[in-house]
Amino acid sequence: MIAKALIHAHPDFVAVATDDISKGEEIIAVFMDDDKQTSVRSKEDIALGHKIALRNIGKGDRVIEYGDVIGSATKDIATGEHVHVHNLKSLRWQ
Amino acid sequence: MAVGAKQLTTFMGFERENGRVGTRNHVLIIPLDDLSNSSAVAVEKEIWGTRAVPHPYGRLQFGADLDLMFKTLSGFGKNPNIASAIVIGIEPNWTQKIADDIAKTGKNVEALSIEENGDLKTIEKASRFAKKMVVDASEKQRKEFDVSSLVVSTKCGESDTTSGLASNPTVGVLYDRLVDEGATLLIGETSELTGAEQYFAQKMVTPELKRKFLKMFDDYTKELTSKGADLFGSQPTQGNIRGGLSTIEEKALGNIQKAGKSPMVDVLEYAEEPTKKGLNFMNSSSAAAECVTLFAAAGAVVHVFPTGQGNVIGNPIEPVIKLSANPKTVRTMSEHIDLDVSGLLRHEINLKEAGDRLYKLLIKTASGRMCANEVLGHFEFAPTRLYISA
Repeated sequence: MIAKALIHAHPDFVAVATDDISKGEEIIAVFMDDDKQTSVRSKEDIALGHKIALRNIGKGDRVIEYGDVIGSATKDIATGEHVHVHNLKSLRWQ
Repeated sequence: MAVGAKQLTTFMGFERENGRVGTRNHVLIIPLDDLSNSSAVAVEKEIWGTRAVPHPYGRLQFGADLDLMFKTLSGFGKNPNIASAIVIGIEPNWTQKIADDIAKTGKNVEALSIEENGDLKTIEKASRFAKKMVVDASEKQRKEFDVSSLVVSTKCGESDTTSGLASNPTVGVLYDRLVDEGATLLIGETSELTGAEQYFAQKMVTPELKRKFLKMFDDYTKELTSKGADLFGSQPTQGNIRGGLSTIEEKALGNIQKAGKSPMVDVLEYAEEPTKKGLNFMNSSSAAAECVTLFAAAGAVVHVFPTGQGNVIGNPIEPVIKLSANPKTVRTMSEHIDLDVSGLLRHEINLKEAGDRLYKLLIKTASGRMCANEVLGHFEFAPTRLYISA
């Protein structure tokens, strides 16, 4: 298992891929603030720079990255799924 | 691992007459207006060691726009990176006013007007002054100063997902350390805060500053939207989305990682000189050259510029340290990048190590190590205009 993602802060719901991640691959994600590690199994292909869910996120939940809200989930998101414009939207549009 | 390395807390800088400390020792030739560019550039060509800052403005400006233009020009002259300055303008009154403003720092300043002299006499006279100024400046020795004497600015450009992920947080680590060590730090890019402005407002140390900041932000973004800019509709861009950014909040939060975790001690207007040590916000455009020009006019002596896709910007008087975490950019545009932090994406270094490398480079740069922009001759001088001309 190799490190393929970084997490900005401990409260974050997502990690950011530092390399392309393949579906079914179990990867290590490293917290940037203290170098602690966690692991997650990817449910789909996730490209470098894109986000992977570290926990189950319910539809309508606010999604946390950088320790702050980056938007809300437009559908249920399972651990290991790709988090992007298809399931996350800005709160500024409402 | 740093093998018992001594903590770098001092740098070698140039002390100015008013006690401020510079990282460079330029003789600056300032054209007051577009008509004087020709003479200013002629002096720069004739006298080795001078630097001219030509620009297309300075005539028939009025009100706050005129004030900012002159504040930018005199701010460049006052900047501690400048040893002495020559102001050249078409007519004598305003030329003398800018020279007098710069002279308040105790620097040697000369003012020359072209009316009743013509370009050639002006160039000769200015060149003779400049020749003496360069020789005098060369006598000035660097001395050791504490890092707390530094005024450092940051702004990012050509950002991509590697910026929010790695290069911006690296600057955040540097900024937190410099705040701890008593330096003065500047950050700006008013419009780019859109989406994270409330988060940013929480950093303000007093309710008054928070109100001042939010009004500044509202005024700036209202002005942009009143002229047809679509801040929300266009952000994040299609390129951002392809790169993995999903929302404007995420993009803005990635941008402000540069600020680090310190509280914001003051909110400054365009080109306003900071008076408080610690993290200061300055109202400013998010256009790279304009933003860095405003910081330099406010007295910043080193700039730190994280880039994703590779911005080539520089400044005539404030050295610009560029860092990137994009492995492709550091390979294809290596001549522009001063620090490669792409190791963060390969998990070869952590954020603290990246911050340490940037800190060491900042100290070296402040002590005279040249930046890519200085060697490549990237000296963009881009004064901010507020109004149309009369």
